[in-house]
Amino acid sequence: MPISTINTNSIADDAVTVPKVTDQVLTHRNRIINGAMVIDQRNSGTSITITNTSSYTYTVDRWAAYTYPTGSKFSVQQNAGSVTPPVGFTNYLGATSLSAHSIGSTDIHVFRHAIEGFNIADLGWGSANAKSVTLSFWVRSSLTGTFGGSLTNGLFNRSYPFSCTISVANTWEQKKITINGDTSGTWATDNTAGININFGLGVGSSYSGTAGSWASGDYRSSTGATSVVGTNGATFYVTGLQLEVGDTDTPFEHRSYGDELARCQRYYVNSISTSFYNQSVSAHILRVALPVEMRANPTVTRTGSFWSGSENAPDIYPQYGNKKAFLISGGTSTFLGGSFLSDAEL
Amino acid sequence: MENMNITSAQYSTFNESNVGIKATIDGVEMSVPLDPANRHYAEIMRQVEAGELTIQEAD
Repeated sequence: MPISTINTNSIADDAVTVPKVTDQVLTHRNRIINGAMVIDQRNSGTSITITNTSSYTYTVDRWAAYTYPTGSKFSVQQNAGSVTPPVGFTNYLGATSLSAHSIGSTDIHVFRHAIEGFNIADLGWGSANAKSVTLSFWVRSSLTGTFGGSLTNGLFNRSYPFSCTISVANTWEQKKITINGDTSGTWATDNTAGININFGLGVGSSYSGTAGSWASGDYRSSTGATSVVGTNGATFYVTGLQLEVGDTDTPFEHRSYGDELARCQRYYVNSISTSFYNQSVSAHILRVALPVEMRANPTVTRTGSFWSGSENAPDIYPQYGNKKAFLISGGTSTFLGGSFLSDAEL
Repeated sequence: MENMNITSAQYSTFNESNVGIKATIDGVEMSVPLDPANRHYAEIMRQVEAGELTIQEAD
């Protein structure tokens, strides 16, 4: 309902309902950043095979993939397979199985999105006043059946496994799951991980739990869920993810590209290039400003060449910028420059 | 389970104080701040406390 058509009578007649107007008048509903998979600073749409079994591999911004105990079971790519996204979207995150892998009891093959504690503090989770939330998303797979995922706390010792059914292969379907707030456990309300949202691509029994209720323990998916990595070439695509307060889903909150990018840069900044020239100094330190204040002091990695008259690599001091910058030292060189990425992911 | 592969770690100094850690994590050399909210620093300290990693003093 367009706002322009709302008048006193329509309100009095209960013609105006929350779902009808929420998408137009209430912003900042969606606690998920990059839920439309638009920002991909690290990979720019290229496919990556998830090989690292020791830690998360970040894909499109704010989304990470994890594979354990053996890697190379699936690849991840923004717009994998180049299918048409759901109406209203231009991007999605896609996983493609690279083999027919038999899942062991401790296997974990997942996507994860971590929501910072500051952004879920109002939910009151871990208390008697815990609020309900609704998770909605579009999903498409070459397989049909029941698929699983979970919400966990940052410590991975409280879990809410959920399931959804994909009825028709290779067809986008929208799913909506309402979750009662967790009245137990420890839920961060600071700059550490508050809520993890996991999508299972193949999870063993040790990390799978009963869908639809809170449990102590680390469950990344629901018991009996379909294994995507169990079928060579199988696909699993998601987009339009929204987590919002309440038991009613509302239309996806589309944000401007700049807004979404800035939100992503709180966690990761790709390739800041800088250069400096001063013929008269004998030593110098350069302050490299970050585009936004990051979640934490970032880990800084040098990428590409570093230009310095006398040194092969700079000393980097990420701690001196108070989350807004880092320092690099070029020793006695007159030329100083290079490219750096900054990582403050959860 | 999640357990970064850290093959080296050495303090970096500024004005003779330790101000960061230069570490090789999952095959990539990184400069890690001494910030408990930083996931790389947190994992380095977890492995140190578990006796799995030693941070070398600065050169």
